[in-house]
Amino acid sequence: MQLIKLKVNGKPVEIDVDDSTPLLWVLREQLDLTGTKYACGIGLCGSCTVHIDGNAVRSCTLPVSSLKASDNIVTIEGLSADSSHPVQQAWKQLDVPQCGYCQPGMIMSAAALLESNPEPTDTDIDANITNICRCGTFNRVRKGIHLAVEIKQSAYAKNKGGDAS
Amino acid sequence: MKKERINVSRREFIVSTTVIGTGLSLGLTLPVASRAAVDAGAAAPALSTPEVNAWVVIQEDDTVVIRIARSEMGQGTLTGLAQLVAEELECDWSRVTTEYPSPGENLKRDKVWRSFSTGGSRGIRGSHDYVRKGGAVARHMLIEAAAEQWDVPIEECTAANSVITHKPSGRTTTYGKVATLAAELFPPEQVELKDPKDWKLIGQPIKRLDTEDKLNGKQVFGTDLQLPGMLNASIKACPIFGGKLMSFDASKVSKMPGVRKVVAVEDYAVAVVADTWWQANKALEALPVTWDNGPNAQLNSTSIDAMLDEGLTSSDNVFVENQNGDVSKALKGAAKTVEATYRYPYQHHATMEPMNATALWSKEKCEVWCPTQNGEAALEAAAEASGLAIEQCDVYKIHLGGGFGRRGAFHDYVKQAVAIAKQLPGIPVKLLWSREEDMAHGHYHPITMCKLAGGLDDKGNLTGLHVRISGQSILASARPQWLAPNGADRVTFQGFQADGDHAISYSVPNLLVEHAMRNPPVPPGFWRGVNINQNAIYLECFIDELAHAAGKDPLEFRRKLMADHPRSLAVLNAVADKAGWGKPAAEGVHRGLAVVKTFASYVAACAEVSVDSSGKLKIHRIVAATDPGYAVNPQQIEAQVEGSFVFGLSALLYGECTIKDGAVEQSNFHDYPSMLMEEMPKVEVIVMPSGGFWGGIGEPTIAVAAPAVLNAIFAATGKRIYEFPLAKINLRDA
Repeated sequence: MQLIKLKVNGKPVEIDVDDSTPLLWVLREQLDLTGTKYACGIGLCGSCTVHIDGNAVRSCTLPVSSLKASDNIVTIEGLSADSSHPVQQAWKQLDVPQCGYCQPGMIMSAAALLESNPEPTDTDIDANITNICRCGTFNRVRKGIHLAVEIKQSAYAKNKGGDAS
Repeated sequence: MKKERINVSRREFIVSTTVIGTGLSLGLTLPVASRAAVDAGAAAPALSTPEVNAWVVIQEDDTVVIRIARSEMGQGTLTGLAQLVAEELECDWSRVTTEYPSPGENLKRDKVWRSFSTGGSRGIRGSHDYVRKGGAVARHMLIEAAAEQWDVPIEECTAANSVITHKPSGRTTTYGKVATLAAELFPPEQVELKDPKDWKLIGQPIKRLDTEDKLNGKQVFGTDLQLPGMLNASIKACPIFGGKLMSFDASKVSKMPGVRKVVAVEDYAVAVVADTWWQANKALEALPVTWDNGPNAQLNSTSIDAMLDEGLTSSDNVFVENQNGDVSKALKGAAKTVEATYRYPYQHHATMEPMNATALWSKEKCEVWCPTQNGEAALEAAAEASGLAIEQCDVYKIHLGGGFGRRGAFHDYVKQAVAIAKQLPGIPVKLLWSREEDMAHGHYHPITMCKLAGGLDDKGNLTGLHVRISGQSILASARPQWLAPNGADRVTFQGFQADGDHAISYSVPNLLVEHAMRNPPVPPGFWRGVNINQNAIYLECFIDELAHAAGKDPLEFRRKLMADHPRSLAVLNAVADKAGWGKPAAEGVHRGLAVVKTFASYVAACAEVSVDSSGKLKIHRIVAATDPGYAVNPQQIEAQVEGSFVFGLSALLYGECTIKDGAVEQSNFHDYPSMLMEEMPKVEVIVMPSGGFWGGIGEPTIAVAAPAVLNAIFAATGKRIYEFPLAKINLRDA
């Protein structure tokens, strides 16, 4: 056991934990951030996806020893304060989740994709969204990503209009 | 006519002794956090108050709480059932919330909420009448309470949107203001349900009630549950089916970080209990265990196949389900006969959320928090494992991270959690299976083979069809009490029956459908779609093969056999029209059809695929039609159709569990893959409710995905595929 320093959802945290523990389990069991899910434990299904410095990362195979205190870790709980991220808004409009278990990972993967690629094509979505969903929400996820782009762009246009006036 | 008011003491008498009128009992008892849970600092979920009746609670601020007995696992039943109650209740939909009563509470109240079982696409079709009645009775009582307050005849009052209006005076009040009074009234003896043409909520594409928390991490699944003082457990059962635990050396792991206890679980498993699950699982991986491999250590897929092969022609243990005419005579006299033999493998449910349950045990009480498709069965399992009377136990349901049948008939994970908690009295213990444990101890989609023979006359008409299924019965293993008196498992014949919810869609002049029951010692289970998935492949691919042998268009060939099946014909025609059957598809794209009646709904699909020269399959589009009689929420039906295709196509493309040395060989998503975004076809959903009956939604369309795709693959390649999954076959060499 040793003291590990991390930054999660903007807050610095210190945890006394075996440093081989994957980030997923530190989030879930030490920090009570249970939105990030365990499903496969081998980095395949994407249910445990979080952002580290804006990139989508599968936290179930990432030992905390590999992280620095300056790494900016964001979980589903920290994506927005009020479910207002364009991806969350789009998901709500389209009723994307079914059982919902994979959806935090799906949403984090989609949000990261939009950061790196503001207007992804269907081919980009196919290549980047590799999360498993057994309920089968893929078509609404795809629509949701396209809708999130629109929501983001219209918010940007509004803000720009506001600045100009 | 004014109804009699009853005073509280009389009412308590009624609650404790009788069930009134429509079967809705008035209830005063409020479940509170149980003693054991309070002692542990945990809070068992309490039901809301004040209730108008068992189904409806109206709070002072006009919040409407609708009680839902079935389980939400993604299929949208929570919202659909709430729509049914709210339709008759005439409440403000924007104020509707839901809650689960506990199965223990149901037991105490003489099963006022009836069945908790959530499977067989039965959530809505199995309870639409009594939940609507629950809403209608509550509405009547609320209106009556207002009429009584105003001292006016009830007939002069109406309700809409949670507002009660006295028509002559124009006075209004709200449900919230009269709910407490309403709860003290006798329920009416008779209520009339609305004519479907007057429905306002049923049939609308209303948004789900459970989306918000699924967007931000707030939805608590069983895996996420936290109770004060809770410990975590990881378990390993003997990987060989039927094997037992011989011994383990706890001293090798007891000093590992966080480890609290290593315990035997029944006679076949061992668990490590630790402060965190990660610690428990690490210690479990390091724990030396010796197994008694039991009688099945030599079992493998080859020996299972041999068992099933024998059943294709044997006369032992064969059950006839559907028979007319003389099939052997028809086949002998046919101008042309066609034969085919299919094999369909074991498959795993692979819910995203692995099995889990949290249990708190004391000598007086046992409580369990868990995802379950059948709260009452979970309660029975908890009681059995606890050694306590069922009245001393309760189960609190949590939304499921996927069910697909795994969490309905089998509560092995609940029994295990209780068996562990029993060894740590007063301490809540959360048991979570690793994915590997989950893969190794499923209740698998059963394995079957099917030999079909069909006869055609010289004009290409189907004159006889012989279907011999050989393979595993789910009921024989999981529910022997549901077998027919002669020992037959009629669930094996979904889609082949003469009539009923799973009737064959064709009229065949000479027909024989039979099952040689062969039960390998691999535990089978109900799996989304159950037996219709492979039966639809067997029949729909073979019908397609017969059509080609007859030189007929597969659509025309089917139509000719469907004159007496107008609803099946209607869904088939709908997909053919929308997909453009008979018109050229894009270059390299080929179409295939499938139609079935199952779970009381009529469904059809037309798939469009291409297969490149290397054998790579691309599924471009599937047009699907569903006639469920009444369509409660069309946008959720659309979601279920799309989702069922992911489940059905994942099974077709990748789904196979193989057996080696008595154990399942697959261990995680790397060797048991599931379909991904890039493989997902465009899906066009036609919802065409014809009225007059209630059909299921969650499962039916799963059955048409695979045969429609397989028939399209034949159109593309000229090759028939008889073994699955497709991942192990090159479609160009098949």
